[in-house]
Amino acid sequence: MDQGFFLLFATVAVITALTVVLARNPVHSALALMACFLQISAVFVLLEAPLLAVVQIFVYVGAIMVLFLFVIMMIDVREAVLQRFLPGGNLPALVLLVLLGVEMLVLVLWSDRFAVTEPAAIRGGDQIRSLSTTLFADYLLPFEVVSVILLAALVGAIVLARKESG
Amino acid sequence: MVPLWWFVLLGVVLFVIGAAGVLVRRNILIVLMSLELLLNSVNINFIAFGRYYADFRGQIFAIFVIAITAAEVAVALGILVALVRNKSTLKVDDVTVMKG
Repeated sequence: MDQGFFLLFATVAVITALTVVLARNPVHSALALMACFLQISAVFVLLEAPLLAVVQIFVYVGAIMVLFLFVIMMIDVREAVLQRFLPGGNLPALVLLVLLGVEMLVLVLWSDRFAVTEPAAIRGGDQIRSLSTTLFADYLLPFEVVSVILLAALVGAIVLARKESG
Repeated sequence: MVPLWWFVLLGVVLFVIGAAGVLVRRNILIVLMSLELLLNSVNINFIAFGRYYADFRGQIFAIFVIAITAAEVAVALGILVALVRNKSTLKVDDVTVMKG
């Protein structure tokens, strides 16, 4: 049951990811990326991480992809649509990618550390409660640093995208 | 139950596809989207390992990765808008000087 669902979600995720890279039109890429994020959040549900699945949908599909679509709307993509796909001279990049993929596949399939079939039993109690306790107690400082980084990014994005008034 | 290496394999495949997008495509928007794909494949690994070894730190690091990604996308798209306003190009190859 789980395996069937995983195969379904993984197949759709890989197909949509390929669409992201191969589509000519950036709008098609953005929509395919949105579908891919939905599949990945379904995979998170299979991994029994419901909080992460919801955060994935809120942040990626709700915020980041809408930002992408707004920017695509703001700028003129007609020139980009017409550009020739796969310009020559990227053979080294493709060779490097194939090498990288083969290496990672061999390492993953070779090693017996990834052969765990049964997940370790979760300690009793509410999972999200203990997750948030860990986040807000043990990782309080990184959490605050992340909030400062988000604030800095907010200010930076506004300053960067503002029209220069002189 | 799904074996752990299936998740790792999904992460590997998505990572290679995202890296292909970063290296091969010349459109800045597609390059940024492929970066998102790369970070998501890393998240799958974090959460899968956290689940199979019963450790919350996987999920916590995934939350941090998502937050940093949101910041990165906001700044990158701001730079992109400024770039298009100044040079009206979307190709990576046309942007080779830092000087405006």
